[in-house]
Amino acid sequence: MSELAPVTGIRNRKLAMWTFIGSECMLFATLISTYMVYRGRNLIGPYPHELLNVPFITVTTFVLLMSSLCMVLALAAMQQGNRRQARFRLFLTAALGLVFLVGQFYEFNHFHHEGLGLSRNLFSSTFYILTGTHGAHVLGGVIWLSTLFLRLGSGPIDAERIETVEIAGLYWHFVDAVWIILFTLIYLLA
Amino acid sequence: MNSQPAGDRSERLDGLNARARAMGQAWKPRLAVVADWMTTVDHKKIAILYFLSGMTFLLIAGMEGQLIRVQLAQSELRILDPNLYNQLFTMHGTTMVFFAGMPLIIAYFNFVVPLQIGARDVAFPRLNMFSWWLAVFGGLFLYASVPLGSMPDGGWFAYTPLTNREYSPGRGMDFYVLALLLAGVGTIAGGVNFVVTILNLRAPGMTFMRLPLFTWMALVVSILILLAFPPFTVGLLFLLFDRNFGTHFFDAAAGADPLLWQHLFWVFGHPEVYILVLPAFGIASEVIPTFSRKGLFGYPVVVFSGVLIAFLGFGVWAHHMFAVGMGPLANSVFAGATMLIAVPTGIKIFNWIATMWGGKLRFTTPMLWAIGLVSMFIIGGLSGVMHASPPTDLQQTDTYFIVAHFHYVLIGGLVFGLFAGLYYWFPKATGKMLSDKLGKWHFWLTLAAFNITFFPMHFSGLLGMPRRTFTYPSELGLDGFNLVSTIGAGLFTVAFVPLIVNLWKTLRNGEPAGANPWGAPTLEWSTGSPPPHYNFAVVPRVQRRDPLWHPWIRPEEEEAGDHEDAGPGGVEPRLQPEVAPEPVVMPSNSWWPMVMSIGMLIATVGGLGSLETTLVGAAITLVGLFGWAFEPAFRDGAGHL
Repeated sequence: MSELAPVTGIRNRKLAMWTFIGSECMLFATLISTYMVYRGRNLIGPYPHELLNVPFITVTTFVLLMSSLCMVLALAAMQQGNRRQARFRLFLTAALGLVFLVGQFYEFNHFHHEGLGLSRNLFSSTFYILTGTHGAHVLGGVIWLSTLFLRLGSGPIDAERIETVEIAGLYWHFVDAVWIILFTLIYLLA
Repeated sequence: MNSQPAGDRSERLDGLNARARAMGQAWKPRLAVVADWMTTVDHKKIAILYFLSGMTFLLIAGMEGQLIRVQLAQSELRILDPNLYNQLFTMHGTTMVFFAGMPLIIAYFNFVVPLQIGARDVAFPRLNMFSWWLAVFGGLFLYASVPLGSMPDGGWFAYTPLTNREYSPGRGMDFYVLALLLAGVGTIAGGVNFVVTILNLRAPGMTFMRLPLFTWMALVVSILILLAFPPFTVGLLFLLFDRNFGTHFFDAAAGADPLLWQHLFWVFGHPEVYILVLPAFGIASEVIPTFSRKGLFGYPVVVFSGVLIAFLGFGVWAHHMFAVGMGPLANSVFAGATMLIAVPTGIKIFNWIATMWGGKLRFTTPMLWAIGLVSMFIIGGLSGVMHASPPTDLQQTDTYFIVAHFHYVLIGGLVFGLFAGLYYWFPKATGKMLSDKLGKWHFWLTLAAFNITFFPMHFSGLLGMPRRTFTYPSELGLDGFNLVSTIGAGLFTVAFVPLIVNLWKTLRNGEPAGANPWGAPTLEWSTGSPPPHYNFAVVPRVQRRDPLWHPWIRPEEEEAGDHEDAGPGGVEPRLQPEVAPEPVVMPSNSWWPMVMSIGMLIATVGGLGSLETTLVGAAITLVGLFGWAFEPAFRDGAGHL
């Protein structure tokens, strides 16, 4: 069958990821709006300023941003056909994502210890669901990137595979970008 | 005869075995057919699956509507228990919108869009099947609440705090929330699929201004799905957590905004109305030109008014909330935006009329449905503009006037459009012509029944007939109007008989339809009826909006410059050759979409209160996902969509 070029010049898979990201923007926009509308409406403690540990989250934010950098470098290595570097950098991307998740787990655990259970108040509801949904996205990304890392052990590095890594990168950068917004709105403005 | 010697026992056993083997062999090909339909990735088969599942739910929800009408036939009846009444109107609305309306429009997208753009399938055939499985599982999960005796009862709009655990203690609303979350994933996947398909798989020369109107509306609606469903998903997630894990999103006592749910619901719910009705407009814009033998009047304006309706549709949601006390400023803004939508809608109606004006009209069954759509939608549109004004709305809200309005829009608009499309594309899908005579019986009966049912509701509503209430006092003096509505509803059921007879008779021995029985202008009519698996033996090249209405461009004409946009070597294939000149590799069937959907269904069942079940479901989902990701889409050789 003759291969027809995609009309937009962007191949189907990549266009699908962009389209999906557009839809995800609405998902996070709704979650973030709810958080912002409910900010300061807590009737009982603990309150955000008593709990949020900005220096600690700044460190995990930095970790997540570095994972985005690794992702860019992993794609560059793929394009150069350097399998060893590409695998190492993909591994690093996923590992840094995992470190972020461990940080989130620690934070949730600490809050819970301080009396902020999920059902405690309005802040706990909005905070856990918003950051939890983001965390679930990070977890999905870590699983995806780990799979790519494992599968890259063999087989050719062709255009198809480079594109796969690129698409995973699109997702990963989107998830990071969302975190920058959350970090600003939840932690810095608290 | 009966006294057989004992020695024959082994013979008899042999005979039984032989019969069992024969039965097994007879079943094998049938099992193969079932397996093929369960694993198919062919957009035409998936369209049929969507159509059958959507129609099944349409009939179930229609029966629920009938029960509602029976209860309301006279004042102060006690045929239905009030609780059951609440459950029935909730199930009626939820089923009609999510498990009849949505699957039916997606059935049409599936069948028509790839054929209209000259493609061999959608961009992601397995994802397509995944969406169907989730739509079906969502509906089945919702109806699992029926045998358990706990149907949702908070309305399809599920307003909090009525649907909080405190006021809806049963499991009913959990079924609603989980079923819609599950089906919503498939719907969003479908939205991605159709956006990519329409943007990327258009045949050479199929520019946006040559795209058939139905496909245009499919693109617009897919984008609406992608933007409107996530806020609803988030709302459902909040409700799930509020009901089951004690969060406070909708708990005013904890400081929550009592209107949050309504905003999240309607910011989805209003675009949802356009998701349902714009495809019907697209169908009318295909059918009316074909049977007027005249190109669509003002094509670009019709396209842009469709886009404008969709865009404005995101800015009008709070007109569903005029009565909640948002204040004059918010009410005025949303009233203005709502009235503005009448403008592009009116433009479309004038363009359809102008298309018919001076055309060679043929009043076939699809044309009647399309004209019926235009006229009935005008009635629904006019009553819609009435309650776009907040003071008027305060009189009409929660009365049967609103019920009349949205049934004129959703039946007069959507269902009439779906029937126009059914009679129009059925010959393409099956190769057989539906009977025009029975089709007209179906149309006129439905038109009469529909108006007898819903037109009196305008009057009963204005006189104070309350919505969502299981009965009304006889002092209101509304028994007459209600009885007429109930009789009309009974007739509505009768109106389905000619359709079912027609489908039955036609499928058994209908007149064969040629490639283009209607003399229609768009690409789907250039290939066989039914189309071959690969749709197009050769990839068509498109040079104009209505390619089949132009004769072959002969070289001498091209030299004479008779054709304004005939490109170099501009010969347009009018009808497809019978056999593909080169072998065509199509994507292979796959079990993984089903496996993944079953995993998600199990996880959803676990959402009713069993973490273990959810984890098992999640594990199966993951297995399905990996199986899918590592399975090549084309297993019979290199292929490409």
